Amino acid sequence: MSKIIASAAIRGAHKILDQAEEKWQMAMDKWGANEPVGFPNTAYYLPVIYGILGIPVEKLGDMEQVLKKCKTIIPPPVREEHPLPYLAPALDAGMVTFFAEEIIEAIRYLEQPDFYVGGEEPTDNNIWLGAADDVILRKRGIEFVDGTAPGFAAILGAAPSSEIAAKIAQELQQKNLYVFMSAEHDGKRFSEQLLEAGVQIGWPTRLVSFGPDVTATVFAAGFAIRASFSFGGIGPGEYRKHLIYNKDRIFAFALPLGYVTDEWYANAAGAINFGFPTIADTPIPEVLPTGICTYEHVVSNVPHDNIVAKAIEVRGLKVTLAEVPVPVAYGPAYEGERVRGEDIYLECGGGRSPAVEWVTSKRMDEVEDGKIEVVGPEITDAGPPSQLPLAIVVEVAGREMQEDFEPILERQIHHLLNYAQGVMHIGQRDIAWLRISKSAVEKGFRLEHLGYILHARLHQDFGRIFDKLQVKIHTEADKVKGIIEQARAVYHTRDARIEGMMDETTDIYYSCTLCQSFAPGHICVISPERTGLCGAYNWMDCKAAYEINPTGPNQPVEKGEIIDAKLGQWKGVNEFVYKASRGNIDHYNLYSIVHDPMTTCGCCECIAAVVPMCNGVMTVNREFTGMTPSGMKFTTLAGTIGGGISTPGFVGHGKYNITQRKFITGDGGIKRIVWMPKMLKEEIAERFKARAEELGTPDLLDQIADETVGTTEEEILPFLQEKEHPALSMEPLF
Amino acid sequence: MTEEKKKKSVDLASMALIDKASSDQVNLVFDRAEEMKPCPIGLVGSCCSNCGMGPCRVPLPRGKEETPEEKRKRRGICGATAETIAARNFARKIAGGAAAHSDHGRAVAELFLAAAKGEAPGYEIRDEQKLLQLALEWGVEIGNRSNSEIATQIGEKALGEFGRQEGELLFLRRAPLKRQELWRKLGVAPRGIDREIVEIMHRTHAGVDQDYRNLLQQGSRAALADGWGGSMIATELQDILFGTPAPVLSQVNLGVLKEDEVNIIIHGHEPLLSEMIVATAQDPQMVELAKAKGASGINLAGICCTANEILMRHGVPLAGNFLQQELALVTGAVDAMVVDVQCIMESLPDIAQCYHTKIITTSPKDKIGGAMHIEFNERNAILSAKEIVKVAIENFPKRGSNISIPKEKTDLIAGFSHETINYLLGGLFRASYRPLNDNIINGRIRGVAGVVGCNNARTTHNEGHIAMVKELIKNDVLVIQTGCSAMASATAGLMVPEAAAEYAGEGLASVCEAVGIPPVLHLGSCVDNSRILMAATAMVKDGGLGDDISDLPVAGAAPEWMSEKAISIGQYFVASGVFTIFGVNWPTTGSTEVTQFLFKDFEEMYGGMWAFEPDPLLAAKLMIEHIDKKRKALGIDKARERVLYDMTMRRELE
Repeated sequence: MSKIIASAAIRGAHKILDQAEEKWQMAMDKWGANEPVGFPNTAYYLPVIYGILGIPVEKLGDMEQVLKKCKTIIPPPVREEHPLPYLAPALDAGMVTFFAEEIIEAIRYLEQPDFYVGGEEPTDNNIWLGAADDVILRKRGIEFVDGTAPGFAAILGAAPSSEIAAKIAQELQQKNLYVFMSAEHDGKRFSEQLLEAGVQIGWPTRLVSFGPDVTATVFAAGFAIRASFSFGGIGPGEYRKHLIYNKDRIFAFALPLGYVTDEWYANAAGAINFGFPTIADTPIPEVLPTGICTYEHVVSNVPHDNIVAKAIEVRGLKVTLAEVPVPVAYGPAYEGERVRGEDIYLECGGGRSPAVEWVTSKRMDEVEDGKIEVVGPEITDAGPPSQLPLAIVVEVAGREMQEDFEPILERQIHHLLNYAQGVMHIGQRDIAWLRISKSAVEKGFRLEHLGYILHARLHQDFGRIFDKLQVKIHTEADKVKGIIEQARAVYHTRDARIEGMMDETTDIYYSCTLCQSFAPGHICVISPERTGLCGAYNWMDCKAAYEINPTGPNQPVEKGEIIDAKLGQWKGVNEFVYKASRGNIDHYNLYSIVHDPMTTCGCCECIAAVVPMCNGVMTVNREFTGMTPSGMKFTTLAGTIGGGISTPGFVGHGKYNITQRKFITGDGGIKRIVWMPKMLKEEIAERFKARAEELGTPDLLDQIADETVGTTEEEILPFLQEKEHPALSMEPLF
Repeated sequence: MTEEKKKKSVDLASMALIDKASSDQVNLVFDRAEEMKPCPIGLVGSCCSNCGMGPCRVPLPRGKEETPEEKRKRRGICGATAETIAARNFARKIAGGAAAHSDHGRAVAELFLAAAKGEAPGYEIRDEQKLLQLALEWGVEIGNRSNSEIATQIGEKALGEFGRQEGELLFLRRAPLKRQELWRKLGVAPRGIDREIVEIMHRTHAGVDQDYRNLLQQGSRAALADGWGGSMIATELQDILFGTPAPVLSQVNLGVLKEDEVNIIIHGHEPLLSEMIVATAQDPQMVELAKAKGASGINLAGICCTANEILMRHGVPLAGNFLQQELALVTGAVDAMVVDVQCIMESLPDIAQCYHTKIITTSPKDKIGGAMHIEFNERNAILSAKEIVKVAIENFPKRGSNISIPKEKTDLIAGFSHETINYLLGGLFRASYRPLNDNIINGRIRGVAGVVGCNNARTTHNEGHIAMVKELIKNDVLVIQTGCSAMASATAGLMVPEAAAEYAGEGLASVCEAVGIPPVLHLGSCVDNSRILMAATAMVKDGGLGDDISDLPVAGAAPEWMSEKAISIGQYFVASGVFTIFGVNWPTTGSTEVTQFLFKDFEEMYGGMWAFEPDPLLAAKLMIEHIDKKRKALGIDKARERVLYDMTMRRELE
């Protein structure tokens, strides 16, 4: 900290704290101490306050003790001559700033409920998204876990022009980083500049317009703290652990663009506590000695064309990017970008035209690596807007290639194509749906580039399992039709084979410790009939991942001697879990929720919980934000049982797992399910019905209550009785 | 040492007052040093007066090589060799120093216990957190017990350390594990504080321990009982009782005396009574009384380590260090000088007679002919303090006209306890020594040097301290200081943050600027050298700089040492693994073997060793060389590549 920075940060903290006290006093006068306050749909209250101080702020009155604490922490101004040491006071002032900003923003939620949009994307008349709720946190958190998003940049202020803003944003997107935006400079805001430049903002494109004021910067800190809560399993008030977790694992930094005000400095000081350095475009003093952050604390006067690279270096982040030979920007940040209406140049599939994607193995001599063929009309032969039939056939060959890997490679097509800016991809197989935007075509994007993307990226990620790859892109109706028929036959064979795979007939399961970078305590063991709880990894994926990277996070687990067939416990699995958890857990059951269930991390898709009064279980998906009969919302459930612990009566699982044959069979299987959110019922209806029929209870889905029936045990029990739900007549759960 | 000194002091205030003393016909320590040369045989440690057959003189022959025959003959009457005699003298110095520090620690522990029991009105537990930490460390039950109950048990345990007969001192467990094991292996882990000192006195008695190695190992054991025992107890209990120091702005030098206020100087080493004097001087009743006598207030200032203690905790200004105690009287403006123990010159009452100053002794252990005695009674400390302050006030109107207060005074920031440094490097939420270690590893800070110790009238006052410290910080070595040495640097303006840009190397200056600290940190009094031990241990524990104190790129020095306490401090630093260099003179040069043992063999045994170099710049160079040697051994002598983290590396984090 330099004296100038520390002095400014402490001044800024005083200003923000004064503002918070004033707002709080006014709110108290108006609403009273018992008025509930908080950020939308989160189990972590005001997260920085909760994480650092351990105080759950639920009501206006609860803020009083936080403000009192701030008063004791906030340091006096730095003396001009012979100042007392100021680094520590400035860091403390930074934390006070975050506490005060959370209070200010929470009061804003109370007083102006519509100030922020909420949800993932801006609307036509409001671009400010406000605090990320826990649904967004968990969904996006997985990207932090698996490395698709290594961290985030908190941008304050505005670039000198919207072109420069767009360029910086694009560079950050290409480095896979999230961009959290707040505050204004010279009447301009970075979020607004991006809109001016025609850039799509919102969570899907990783350009998150938190809020117009500097106080919205605290939403970035709140996101970071909740990562350490939900993925790191760190508890309220464990301030040191939260901050060190963030320093070591969340690769974030602040990019103030424009004049750095006292309030900005105060926020920068807060960020340094988290190990997040500041990289500025203005000539503010630098703080180069290391210690609180991994490397420098403040680096300044960085030119705009170098600022992203500099920031990444200062934060100590390694981003390995695949060189993809396409004329548009490319990276995970563009996965959520939309192409719609006027923007569409070409559309394939989606009911407009037939479309299919298919990966198939060939003999070595049948494949010429890197050969990309477009057979039929090109994009530019018609339109815009135009439509074409489309068949993307990826042919691979190699000594390590197995038929089982084909669907895995095929599943990559969706996100790999989506990563290209101006390309939107939905669906898979014969329901694939592709849009290419006008601007992409303007930049020179052609159909052959789909092939180049697949060649480059599949080689990069899966190069170990094949040697050669070529892509044929057909756009002639007859040819496409023929390929669809051929592919459908293959899909059918594949499905039948996967359906036929059983835990009993498989000796090797796979571990998945992918999320140990964030949830050090959690270990998944994935069997053919128990997909990973994040929904992202099934047994086959793990097998392929192991082939690709034999020392990686997916390791074969010899299941060994069976200990309990009903509950799903094996000697080999236990031994593995004991070792991988460093002795913390010595056994668990794959098929039970009641008896020593598997550990749960923060990234599970669903959480099942026992509903004792109904003699059954409920399960809730993370998108459902309402109350559940367990008495907790998803986010509270996740906060309670996540972080790598085994909690009898609760277990995390994937959506797909519900309809797998082994789902909690130790406790009676899906016939135990008495409640699910309506949206989840609808999402898995088809497979669920098939599974229910197998079990001889074809109407099971309709017998299961949802939130329209009730969200307490008392409310749903009469419904279950009326419907004669099978759980009621099953043996007692306990 | 025979050559004529150029100057008596480098401090302008002192030089002016030396001149004034001369015209006032006052005989000063500086004059006495010129009038009397040091005894050349005692100086090199070759005089033994431990029995009635001596004193025996066994110095090395001058200017010629000694034959083996001559060496065999160079013995005392009892047959003791020059080696035994030098080692005995050295060990007795350690015993003297360790006794002084430890008896200070004992007095603190006694007051602490009385305060805990509510038998010392006016004293209370000020640092509850530190009390509870110490309770945890010493296995004192906390539960629902009151602070008073906890403190009582801690006080009893602390007092028990002095008379402990077996086992090991409790604080030894604070040291890095490797160091503890080494002490045990070498048989120097102290069993009890008093026992090790007594054992030195026994072993150095005529006809007992006559193996210089064995004597010097016992020297280590007694010295460790000082640093990790008596001194550490003093520091820790004083912090709990009076508050753990935190950064504070104050001033130093004789210019802090005030023409129009009652000037009371607190001098000595134990802050027990002076804590109460600080409170009493602010008592409105006392201030009124002072005003009634024509003064506009009461001005407290300190000399020696009592001064450092009340500076660290209350910001009370420093009037000066050891060689300035007489000069304070020469100003003619000191109304009372209150002394407790250690480093108090017997000349004070004589000099005071030339002016109006009352010299007040307060300790039953420390009475001086011609001084007034008002005994400090811990059961009624406030009363003693009031009586003393009143004497000073009553004396104010008796000031003569021969008054000259120098204008020199310098600002300083003090108050760097080891706990505070931990906080200062990361704030409430990220406190740690990490930034220090990090910046040592990356080379911005080359190393850390403890420069401590006394003044010595045989060398120019303050010159050695200031020259050495400036040289060190210029070379990016962070300097931590205690005692009179700290005061010297403060007078030279090295203890304000602005000094970093002016005097420190670029790397050190950048860290100082980042943290907002001076390049030279004041850690307190001479018992507070225990804070340096704790800081060094904290550096080891934070990681990246080896696993023992002897691995750290650090060094210690006392360029103007004079007291036996300095020898004890030096010995416990060396035995804790620190290279330690002394100036002025070296008390074992009468025996080449003993000197070699301390300077060379100790390095093999302890990883730290003694050295002697009277030239402060050359001494600084040796310290830097040692620091560089340690940097090389740690592999941090070269710039390191920046490590960038990808997901796989993150997954592998513990």
